[in-house]
Amino acid sequence: MLLQVLPSWKETLFLMPELQLTVFACFVLVLDILLPRGKKTLTAYASLLGIAFTALGLVQVYYATKATLPTLIFYQMYMIDHFSFIFKAIVLIAAAMSIAISIKYLETEKELHGDYYSLLLFATVGMMFMASSYNLLMFYVSLELMAISVYVLVGYLKYNDRSNEAALKYFLLGAFSSGIFLYGISLIYAVTGQTNLLEIAIKISLVILAADSNIGFGAHYLLALAITLIGAGLLFKVAAVPFHMWAPDAYEGAPTPVTAFMSVGVKAASYAMLARIFLVAFPALRTIKELPGWLPMLIIVAGLTMTIGNIAAMTQKNTKRMLAYSSISQAGYILLGVIASNEIGYTGLIFYILAYTLMNLGAFAVIILLRRDDIKGDRLEHLNGLVKKSPMLAVMMLVFLISLAGIPPTSGFVGKYLLFAGLIKADNEWLNGLAVLAVLNTVISFYYYAQIIKAMFIEPPSDDKPVNLNINATVTLTIATILTIFIGVYPQPFIEVSKLATKSLAPLKINQEQPPNPNPSPTPKPNDPGIDPRNDPRLFQNLSPNE
Amino acid sequence: MKLFGIPILSLVTWLPLLGAIILIFVPKTQKEVIRLFANVWALLCFLVSLPLVFNFDKSLRGLQFIEDYEWIPLIGARYQIGIDGLSLSMVILTTLLGVIAIFSSWSAINERLKEYYIFLLMLQTGMLGTFVAVDMFLFYVFWEVMLVPMYFLIGIWGSERRLYSAIKFFLYTLVGSVLVLLAIIKLYFMFPDTVASAPGAYQVAVETIAQGNQPMLAMLANAADTAISPNGTFNIWAMQAMGSARGINGFSLIPIGLQLWLFAGFAIGFAIKVPMFPFHTWLPDAHTDAPTAGSVILAAILLKMGTYGFLRFNLPILGDACQDQRVLNIVIPLAIIGIIYGALCAMAQKDMKRLVAYSSVSHLGFAMLGMFAFNPNGINGSIMQQINHGISTGALFLLVGVLYERRHTRLISEYGGIAQKMPKYAAVFMIFTLSSIGLPMLNGFIGEFLLLRGVFEANPKWAGFGVVGIVLGAGYMLWLFQRVFFGEIENEKNQTLTDLNWREWLYFAPLLFLVFAIGIYPKPILDYIQQPTNTIVKQVKPFYFDPAKRVHWGQSPTVQQTPSPTPQVTPNPTASPTPSPSSSKEKPSSVNEATQ
Repeated sequence: MLLQVLPSWKETLFLMPELQLTVFACFVLVLDILLPRGKKTLTAYASLLGIAFTALGLVQVYYATKATLPTLIFYQMYMIDHFSFIFKAIVLIAAAMSIAISIKYLETEKELHGDYYSLLLFATVGMMFMASSYNLLMFYVSLELMAISVYVLVGYLKYNDRSNEAALKYFLLGAFSSGIFLYGISLIYAVTGQTNLLEIAIKISLVILAADSNIGFGAHYLLALAITLIGAGLLFKVAAVPFHMWAPDAYEGAPTPVTAFMSVGVKAASYAMLARIFLVAFPALRTIKELPGWLPMLIIVAGLTMTIGNIAAMTQKNTKRMLAYSSISQAGYILLGVIASNEIGYTGLIFYILAYTLMNLGAFAVIILLRRDDIKGDRLEHLNGLVKKSPMLAVMMLVFLISLAGIPPTSGFVGKYLLFAGLIKADNEWLNGLAVLAVLNTVISFYYYAQIIKAMFIEPPSDDKPVNLNINATVTLTIATILTIFIGVYPQPFIEVSKLATKSLAPLKINQEQPPNPNPSPTPKPNDPGIDPRNDPRLFQNLSPNE
Repeated sequence: MKLFGIPILSLVTWLPLLGAIILIFVPKTQKEVIRLFANVWALLCFLVSLPLVFNFDKSLRGLQFIEDYEWIPLIGARYQIGIDGLSLSMVILTTLLGVIAIFSSWSAINERLKEYYIFLLMLQTGMLGTFVAVDMFLFYVFWEVMLVPMYFLIGIWGSERRLYSAIKFFLYTLVGSVLVLLAIIKLYFMFPDTVASAPGAYQVAVETIAQGNQPMLAMLANAADTAISPNGTFNIWAMQAMGSARGINGFSLIPIGLQLWLFAGFAIGFAIKVPMFPFHTWLPDAHTDAPTAGSVILAAILLKMGTYGFLRFNLPILGDACQDQRVLNIVIPLAIIGIIYGALCAMAQKDMKRLVAYSSVSHLGFAMLGMFAFNPNGINGSIMQQINHGISTGALFLLVGVLYERRHTRLISEYGGIAQKMPKYAAVFMIFTLSSIGLPMLNGFIGEFLLLRGVFEANPKWAGFGVVGIVLGAGYMLWLFQRVFFGEIENEKNQTLTDLNWREWLYFAPLLFLVFAIGIYPKPILDYIQQPTNTIVKQVKPFYFDPAKRVHWGQSPTVQQTPSPTPQVTPNPTASPTPSPSSSKEKPSSVNEATQ
């Protein structure tokens, strides 16, 4: 009996990467205590090793499950599909790069402790679970694991007032938004009696259908409220307008490597979650009869996010704050992929997050390198004349900035192309209008990126302190630069991978148009039919119009 | 055709970039090496492009030197490059002006030499790529890539307000190009369905574009074949075939409402680049503040990208929209305002470079006016005007640069009477001034004559306004010449001016040669652009060459009798010798609207 309830060994093995990373996170904590003062840097390398092992584990799991993707395990709580693999890879890249650029920074700040890396790894574990969750509760638990670790990381500079302020602000607002998100989940549960995404989708189509045929009970009002609340919670995490107020302060106050990590890792994982929840669980709520569904909501949010993020960034003189606003506006572009609701839009969403991770981390890494003994390095004038001090660094920053602005031949351009193409493909006048707004926003964004470019290449140096490249940062930056250009020039393999991952989001549109067939399809899939949610008879046993 | 084992067109396009990459590895203290290398390399780039001219088959319709490789199959983008006569003339103009621009920087630029030449060479690849690209995605990539080096050229080596001008140039152009991107995406998505709805009409349009040109026919057939290119195509010429294909009633396959939107997207993008009247304000700033080589490239080549875009995209793809009365009511007045307003502004300038910059607005207004006459003379004249503008205005910027290098001022009031000290310079300046005005026997006359003849044919009133522009042009140019060169030397600093040195002669010589050569015997160049012009006219006005409708000078009517040998299901007015009266092309848009 017990054996039947417990997950099988095979299923547990699929969790290996996450388990490994958890073990390493604990190990780093212990190692920190064992190591003598002055040798604490080793914890960073131990964390990098942990990430390497996790990546290896991820590859193994991929090859083990390749034939049976997508696979749902742990009572349909945990999804293994291309989508989750890609996002796990992205958060691992983000974590590894953040660790690599942290080492020198923490030394300069004299805050060298192993628990920093441990927290970073725990946050990464949370993100990996977020990428794989297929159940609202599971989402919530992973989200909190990530969020709590990041709250602490933001306030990591104990003696820095800005850092403390940022952490408190982020924590209070974050906890509040988590509560709102949880309330949304509870409403969904109240209406559907489910927490599994696919079952919610099926139930909702029935509820909506029932409302259409006058047997309903007005549940769509509750559903509209629920998606608004869930949307608010998620949009807070991706720092979309009007839930963005925390972002500039938190980004500015946090240690810069944490800012970098937050702006890519947290955002990528939150987008994975947002896409999964909205596109898998609520495709039927895209537009609701008589009520605004999530489509109009997201159109407004995306438009505001791009525009306000960009306009606010134009006036900033602090590069960290400027990049914070820039990442707000980038969040708006990524939302376009969800709004487009077609394959090319989803491809753009995934591709752009990948590209964005590399270019944004790279840009922050350059800012981090400017932090020298008595120079904070986050003012615009600290970049002055960078090309004379370190031409390589300046050229790399140039690549990241033109990629962020979406100018070819960089990955940012291809990503933006796919996102805009998704909107145009949808062929709706509102979405066409949004596309025009989005492209005009890229023009605005170039204005402030150009201020950084101008400072680096045209202004004379404002101080004579040299900028020293350390080996970790050099490797990180070189990889990020080369990939940013390579993906821009030859994006084919990356588009291919992103396209594969969209299959996890695409089939749910079919659910929206055709209510699920109660009879399991006659051709079983190669994997265990009990695991494939669409073939699970339990899903459909209680469904009747009277419910 | 291959050169050194590499397809020649790719070689011509990428060679400058290769030079830039090599330059990165030269230490920046080796100034002489960098200078010498850049000059030699630019000359090499020019020499490599010459075989294109000699091996070009002028009688062949459509593209030549086609290269076609897979690039990003998942979004349908291919590495497709090729040139027709129009592209060829632009490519040669680019490589020639490229080497002259680099050569003219020999003594003008002394700081941050290495970056300067790297950016110039990168810019060259961007410009060449824009002219040779056959794939819209590739076109867009080159079009945008070019902006970054130009931004740095103005921003780093420019004069007083360089930062303002550089960012203004960049943002203006970027606004236009992102709108072009949206229009490209829309065309891309509508292509497969539109062609599938009328394959016969598409085939006929393809014949118009590329009759007898086997490689190009194959390329266009592949583009439309969903089995070969399942993810659609960005091929510009396939889009042209789609846009110029005529359906059952003789109307374009793209509904006029959509055409107008697409036209707006493309036209705003290209009009900013041209620049047409309300979008021109970036140009005087950018020109004035750019270093001499930057101004030359801006005037001679970058502005041509706008007109090139109109000739490649707007006219052939969106022919009905171009002839729509609403569009003409906007475009033609703007072109005329550009001509006259640009000339008047030029007259009022105190700065020589700014004066020449405003003269560009005026000259490019002519080019736009000629283009929208939609007849062979108008379009030939427009292309000639572009080439001539590249030569004369490029030379005028060089001449101002020569003076600036000696005196470090461009204010007209600082000069006067310098013909006494610099007689050779004054003579060269006079020749290019006259060429810019359009004196017979010099190149400017050919373009303006052809153009005005075409415009007169379309609408005599427009031609009347154009003539006013020419008169004003003579006014401001000659007045400039008088103020700078004649009279007594009043400013003591001008006493020490030295005349042209051998290096300056070297780069004026080819331009002088071209001014006279084109002015006296323009036929060789007209031969190159004849086929592209005819194709464009046929795409915009299918009946233009039809003897039943109109007999035209020197045009053999037999050219038109060419439907494809395979039987066509869709009746096509281009193919039918006697078009039905209902398909009269006099007012296509209004009828089409009524049918919607």
